[in-house]
Amino acid sequence: MQWEVVIGLETHVQLQTHSKIFSGASTAFGAAPNTQACVVSIALPGVLPVLNREAVRCAIKFGLAIDAEIAPRSVFARKNYFYPDLPKGYQISQYELPVVGKGRLAIQVGDQEKIINITRAHLEEDAGKSVHEDFHGMSGIDLNRAGTPLLEIVSEPDMRSAAEAVAYAKKLHELVQWIGICDGNMQEGSFRCDVNVSVRRAGSDKLGTRREIKNLNSFRFMQQAIEYETRWQIETLEDGGEIHQATVLFDPDSGETRAMRSKEEANDYRYFPDPDLLPLAISADDIAEVKAALPELPEVMKARFEREYGLSAYDAATITASRAMADYFVATAAKFSGEAKLVANWVMGSVAAKLNEEGRAIADSPVTSAQLAALLTRIHDGTISGKIAKDVFAAMWAGEGEADAIIDRQGLRQVSDAGAIEKIVDEVLAANAVMVAEYKSGKEKAFNGLVGQCMKASKGKANPAQVNEILRKKLG
Amino acid sequence: MSLNLSDVKRIAHLARVQIDDADAEIALRQLSGILGLIEEMQSVNTDGIAPMSHSQDVTQRLRDDVVTETDQRALFQSVAPAVEGGLYLVPKVIE
Amino acid sequence: MINKSLKELAALLAAKQISSVELTREFLARIARLNPTINAFVTLDEERTLAQARAADERIAKGEAAPLTGIPIAQKDIFAAHGWRTTCGSRMLENFIAPYDAHIVQEFDRAGAVNLGRTNMDEFAMGSSNETSHYGKVRNPWDVERVPGGSSGGSAAAVAARMCPAATGTDTGGSIRQPASLCGLSGLKPTYGVCSRYGLVAFASSLDQAGPMAKSAEDLALMMNVMAGFDPRDSTSLPREKEDYARDLGKSLAGLRIGLPREYFAEGLDSGVAQVVQNAIAEYRKLGAQIVEISLPNNKLSIPVYYVLAPAEASSNLARFDGVRYGYRAPEYADLNDMYCKTRAQGFGAEVKRRIMIGTYVLSAGYYDAYYLKAQKIRRLIAQDFVEAFKHCDVIMGPTAPGTAFKFGEKTADPVQMYLEDLYTIAVNLAGLPGMSIPAGFAGNLPVGLQIIGNYFDEAKMLNIGHALQQQTDWHLRLPEGV
Repeated sequence: MQWEVVIGLETHVQLQTHSKIFSGASTAFGAAPNTQACVVSIALPGVLPVLNREAVRCAIKFGLAIDAEIAPRSVFARKNYFYPDLPKGYQISQYELPVVGKGRLAIQVGDQEKIINITRAHLEEDAGKSVHEDFHGMSGIDLNRAGTPLLEIVSEPDMRSAAEAVAYAKKLHELVQWIGICDGNMQEGSFRCDVNVSVRRAGSDKLGTRREIKNLNSFRFMQQAIEYETRWQIETLEDGGEIHQATVLFDPDSGETRAMRSKEEANDYRYFPDPDLLPLAISADDIAEVKAALPELPEVMKARFEREYGLSAYDAATITASRAMADYFVATAAKFSGEAKLVANWVMGSVAAKLNEEGRAIADSPVTSAQLAALLTRIHDGTISGKIAKDVFAAMWAGEGEADAIIDRQGLRQVSDAGAIEKIVDEVLAANAVMVAEYKSGKEKAFNGLVGQCMKASKGKANPAQVNEILRKKLG
Repeated sequence: MSLNLSDVKRIAHLARVQIDDADAEIALRQLSGILGLIEEMQSVNTDGIAPMSHSQDVTQRLRDDVVTETDQRALFQSVAPAVEGGLYLVPKVIE
Repeated sequence: MINKSLKELAALLAAKQISSVELTREFLARIARLNPTINAFVTLDEERTLAQARAADERIAKGEAAPLTGIPIAQKDIFAAHGWRTTCGSRMLENFIAPYDAHIVQEFDRAGAVNLGRTNMDEFAMGSSNETSHYGKVRNPWDVERVPGGSSGGSAAAVAARMCPAATGTDTGGSIRQPASLCGLSGLKPTYGVCSRYGLVAFASSLDQAGPMAKSAEDLALMMNVMAGFDPRDSTSLPREKEDYARDLGKSLAGLRIGLPREYFAEGLDSGVAQVVQNAIAEYRKLGAQIVEISLPNNKLSIPVYYVLAPAEASSNLARFDGVRYGYRAPEYADLNDMYCKTRAQGFGAEVKRRIMIGTYVLSAGYYDAYYLKAQKIRRLIAQDFVEAFKHCDVIMGPTAPGTAFKFGEKTADPVQMYLEDLYTIAVNLAGLPGMSIPAGFAGNLPVGLQIIGNYFDEAKMLNIGHALQQQTDWHLRLPEGV
């Protein structure tokens, strides 16, 4: 029996504002408990919310970035429930009229592009935190985070695998940083995903009962959690069981999901428009103002890279997967007079591999864009081969200096002197009579073997094109 | 729409107000009386009428994104029922 | 001294014929004598009060006095005042010392007024008789066996017994106007958004509005000059220029069109009250006003609409009282949920719990459209009635309450009977209009209030209309026996 998994995400993005969404308390992370909990954060009797302009600008930016309609009028509502980290007994959120309407995000899975539809995005306030260390059997409540602005982004159930879900989450994670509305710090909880997972028989168009995996704060855990949950649901159904709607937590230690006890009873949130806040109006002028300050969006940049740099769609998508990588590429290409394709290959190849290996951000790359451009220039002008360049790059990464200095110091300059190469070729031909004979009997592969011997004899420094040319000539 | 005893208990639970059976009976009677008063609304035709949340037709004013609040934890926690290490203490929260 | 207007008191202070400390002590002495019977004040703090009086005297000495500098004002126990116990009439806040100031409290401090003490009120402003206070019932100075009205009953009784020259109140469905009517004083509920709600412990946010309670319309105007004004901390505060609410006092009423809503003089109105109101209207006719009959056809729906919207908002506003960060916490509980349920069951009184439950019910899944949404739609119809009415008149007049002060316990058995007390006042809150009650005479030795409803932002005009009657009559200066 074939099963299909259906996945939708609700992502909570903490907006990069100085102050909270409805008060002037700081949003800085890591302060001592409750030192950033002002009268509004602790919900003293009589206090009132006033909306932060910057939070609204962030929402508009996001709406523009996903090509969504930005509501000219949206409404804040109260979501009522009791929880100790929710000081008012309700969360101010948006319900019927969210600030951002339907939009879309293109993701890349393997070399396939897929559009994920976004249902809506709305502004709301974050809750505080429960600290579970044992205070004589009690929990401690820290309200520093209470009131931090969030944008909750809700996708359609458009994803069909853990890989697609992770690709979507990564793309979204990059986008919110790209447009400068979120610092993307998942450890600190700046970007948190709730994943709705259901399974159904392949070919069915009816959705199965979903379970919601709460608060995933790493892409690796998300992948594991979805895979576990999918397997569990399929097994349950195949064993004749039923799936019940539930909220579950992922335990990274066991690799399993389990239902949350606090969410066992059905919630009745009693949403209604918050009478302390008036409708949020966003004019065409407000949108135009934000748009003017918005950086070039990834999709636009991707198209431009294909056009201006002659990159393939895949390369352009990979390079624009992060703004920092795109910036690095552009800076390198600007200082390099050869083909941009070479720059793209290096950025996506050696640079990305090293960064990945060391878990570094591209902004912290030990090889700067200018240094990389200098190295690539030496490939372009024939000073070194691409192969030697890899060794030079490794030395540069290790902090051994600039490309030219390393090339000179290690004597890696390519040999392009015809006489010198001819001498090497002669020696190789003399020493490899068997291969020469094979070549002459029609085995083309033997030619490559001879080229390899020549390169080896030159310690990789001989200009490969010249070696080829001279070898052909000599072999007649 | 008539109310029964289990409705009263469900509402009391949603509102986190402890209620015993005797009080629930009284509440049922009184709440039913109030609902009877409210029921008069149902006879009014409100087709095409926009709901009114605020008396003035104005929109939300926005605040500049500036930190204006300072740490007043000691003052605020001086009226708290139970605190330790700057945290408000509550019976154990189970997730 | 005790019957002097705010203007007269200010003049005495300016002329140094009396000091603020002396004036304050006189009122404190009256409170010491009368409060044990009336129970209008729940918290007094002589030391703080007198320190403010001394500061006011210094300010007066430096010639920097504002109109209310040095005048003692009583504050309804619903406004947070830094360092003052702020109970809102509830056990829930029995030991709550507010760590911040309400906007209005700040404004009185800035004006140099003296905070005389905190007045009793129905718990969380839910009630029309002051019988729901955790701190005991307030007695009506005109008849101590009767209620003073509510929810601002403590403020009303304090002014009526001349324990203070003026006081603050709040009005969600009539909580300033009805007690003003029952205690024979003047009270104004301004246009929604004119006085900041910051620091006013919320009952029903879309209806709550602070306002002054005093002997005369002129005093109300001086109080409004302090209380009203834009506050950026309240999103519903209206950004308007500061205005002088006394600016129209003394203007002629010739040509004023007074609308009398047919529905306000129908079944349910006490005949004695009706007579007093008609007499007052006759006075206005003499002052050159014209009388126009108008209709507010949806007025009768204001009670059902109010008893959906106000409890709904209250159920949410009062969710913060959970025993976690401040206020009462039950002494014993099994777990978190039990702590919530016991804390709220013990900390809230019966009427508050009733309203929380009604509000929770009307918002709950499956009922929202039939109740809350429906009520919001009818709210618009009620507001439109006024828009239509004001095409034909400048102000609307009628009774403030259907009867005079009633006896304790008379309406407590049936909440619905109590709710009908607000038949003429609630629609004004739903529409967000300004409403005022002024003393218009007596029915059976008990005061009767005349309600004056104005169009949005017409407070100054309404105050002059009240003032004009008070130039012709002395109802507002009558004192209860024993006071």
